[in-house]
Amino acid sequence: MIAKCEECDADIIVPDDAIVGEIVQCKECQSEYEVASVGDGKVTLKPAEVAEEDWGE
Amino acid sequence: MKITIVFDRIRGEEKWLVQEAKRAGCTAELLDGRMLYFEATAKKTKQEFGDVVLQRCISYYRSLFLARIMEHFGAFVINSSKVSETCGNKLVSSMVLAKAGVPTPKTFVAMSSEAVDEAAEKLGYPVVLKPFVGSWGRMISIAKDAQTLDTIVELRESIPNPIEHMYYLQDFIDRPPRDIRAIVAGDEIIATVYRHAAANEWRTNVARGATTSAFKPDKELTEIVLKAAHAVGGGILGVDVMESKAEGYMVHEVNNTVEFKGAQAASQTKIAKKMIEYVIRSAKR
Repeated sequence: MIAKCEECDADIIVPDDAIVGEIVQCKECQSEYEVASVGDGKVTLKPAEVAEEDWGE
Repeated sequence: MKITIVFDRIRGEEKWLVQEAKRAGCTAELLDGRMLYFEATAKKTKQEFGDVVLQRCISYYRSLFLARIMEHFGAFVINSSKVSETCGNKLVSSMVLAKAGVPTPKTFVAMSSEAVDEAAEKLGYPVVLKPFVGSWGRMISIAKDAQTLDTIVELRESIPNPIEHMYYLQDFIDRPPRDIRAIVAGDEIIATVYRHAAANEWRTNVARGATTSAFKPDKELTEIVLKAAHAVGGGILGVDVMESKAEGYMVHEVNNTVEFKGAQAASQTKIAKKMIEYVIRSAKR
């Protein structure tokens, strides 16, 4: 599946087995996106959350 | 058996856990923790969490609150909110580890910037300053002398969050440029790797570019790791150990929502499979 990067307009290739919530990265500008919906061979992305202070292990 | 995996960011680890749960014949549901809300004062909830909840949120506070809420409504959560609270707060972790007799770096806590100088003098320079809550080596600094400490304290005092105005100070451990990550499930160490610090980096977090290599733990390390895991309440944990040149193995933290991409890259064991086996065993008890 292919989506467009909001930042640099490059194509982002999303694996066919991607699931909602998964993070994908634009190979051109390294912007991170989260898979917002997926189905019927189509995928929509939204900008990924930026790391918060309490993120981690 | 239904395993609910609560997440707020799906990493490779969460996908592997779902695959292994399905392979083991379980139903695996991924539940986005960010989208949940609860009537906290209700006696029960209609929300259904399956036979066991595997807590995998990347946000510490969300993971802690969700574990507490789900337990309140009768769910069996791995790891429990109690374990989450102990591991997520470095001060509580240090106290619990020391009390259980697990070798851990000497740690002081100063309740304000006015007490921190004396605490550092008593501990002895160099001292390592760590945030009470946080991970991936963020905001960890070394103060080699009182002047450096003053600079760090001045910066911390400029941050409005009150937790930044208390100080966790730890003995600086002279060690090789690596540490040990042992992944534990219950009473078993399922993988052990060295984490080699990246060039020009003293911190050994994989998130800081550290590389991993697997090894077999000796008897002493095995005992210390399992004792540390037990001390924090047990479950699925990442026990981090330094090799002090003066004092041998020292556990510096135990991770509650353990990341294992780095460990898996070096290990032959299928870590997610072992974790799911533990989850199933625990839920059947």
